[in-house]
Amino acid sequence: MLRNGKSNFGWMTIILHWTIAVLILGLIALGFAMRRLSLDPTLQFSLYQWHKSFGFTVLGFAAFRAAWHLFDLKPQPTAGLSPLERRASATTHVLLIVLTLAVPLAGWAVASTSTLNIPSFYFDWFVIPHLPMAKSQAAENFWTSTHAVLAYATLGLVALHALAAVYHHLVRRDEVLARMLTTRSQRRGEHVKGGQAIAKRK
Amino acid sequence: MTKQQSKPWPTVALALISVVLAASPGPDAAFASAPQLADAAGNYGITGASRIHFSVAQVGGGGIVGDFGKFSGNFRIDGNNIGRSSVEFTLYPESVETGESRVEDFLKSSAVFDSATYRTVTFRSTSVRQTGPDSAAVEGTLTARGKARKEQFSVKLTDWNSRQISFKIRGSIFRAPYGMDVGTPIYSNVVEFDMNIKGQKR
Ligand code: HEM
Repeated sequence: MLRNGKSNFGWMTIILHWTIAVLILGLIALGFAMRRLSLDPTLQFSLYQWHKSFGFTVLGFAAFRAAWHLFDLKPQPTAGLSPLERRASATTHVLLIVLTLAVPLAGWAVASTSTLNIPSFYFDWFVIPHLPMAKSQAAENFWTSTHAVLAYATLGLVALHALAAVYHHLVRRDEVLARMLTTRSQRRGEHVKGGQAIAKRK
Repeated sequence: MTKQQSKPWPTVALALISVVLAASPGPDAAFASAPQLADAAGNYGITGASRIHFSVAQVGGGGIVGDFGKFSGNFRIDGNNIGRSSVEFTLYPESVETGESRVEDFLKSSAVFDSATYRTVTFRSTSVRQTGPDSAAVEGTLTARGKARKEQFSVKLTDWNSRQISFKIRGSIFRAPYGMDVGTPIYSNVVEFDMNIKGQKR
């Protein structure tokens, strides 16, 4: 139930998936707002701090999620996917996992190289040290751009990923979206179609 | 335009001088002789050679340190009664220098000093009390961001001759009551002032 099955995702994968999804989308919106809108400076300062704390939270979840992805079973692809579709989805998933790590790491690099030297005080609870990187305006600018590009690239990839899921659900009417929502292995048609697909592949 | 109410430091200095000269002829002979005391009494203008240094600690060590480059003030040392000495001092927050322009802009912004609206921070002494042969406590009204509060600074006489007098002045000011609590608890609520005030006799 917690772990993935042969053809279904376990609760751990499902919960991590949606938790990270919500946090990342929230962080992109927050990052955009704090950086691009003209805000009251007091509010802006605290939004930056919230952004860093939630960002570190994502980093923690994403690291765990990446390990889970490496070590847990990988359910078989939903039946009826072409080899190209399988390769595209697998690549997207790996890229998303890498980006969920790379984006917060680049954000951490921004905080670490910034000449402002503002501590990361995780939810006003404990200090997360800066990465051992030299502080300079140039390094800060570099990591700021990297962080932004990676974050918006993630948003693009998430959009693609979500559109694909919705397409599968509404047009192809398969299990792609449904199996990330629940662990029930007995979903409409899965066994019949899956059996056929596996048989064909062999 | 509003440099009316900031004179605690000079007062202290005067008070100290008076005390030293009048009350303690023993240890610090240079400070304690009667003629010098008579010399020290008088009105002084605070000179540009003074240094208004401050620091705000941050979690994990370090913090923001800086100086105010623009200020003015004067003090009167009462030769007969140190307790009747007085000081008024004005500083211009737009002259804050920290070595990092983004920090300076933030300090000047509505988040902290709001220097566009409140051009000055002033101190006007209300009482001077001698605390040692060359030291005094000056109490007065500090006005910043439109809020006036009673604050205390400690003054120590460091140097003087017939024309000039120097004091080291320290004070710990809580910033939250002035509506400047932004950044707490990452940055301390306490601003440590460490000033070298030089007065030129008028
Ligand atoms: C998955 C997690 C994260 C996402 C999705 C994310 C997303 C974003 C986005 C969209 C921006 C605005 C970029 C722009 O418009 O220029 C931003 C800015 C920023 N992020 Fe993140 N972020 C994450 C994690 C972090 C972490 C962990 C930190 C630091 C510890 C961090 C620090 C920053 C900083 C300092 C900025 C502003 C850069 C600047 O103004 O110079 N972020 N982030």
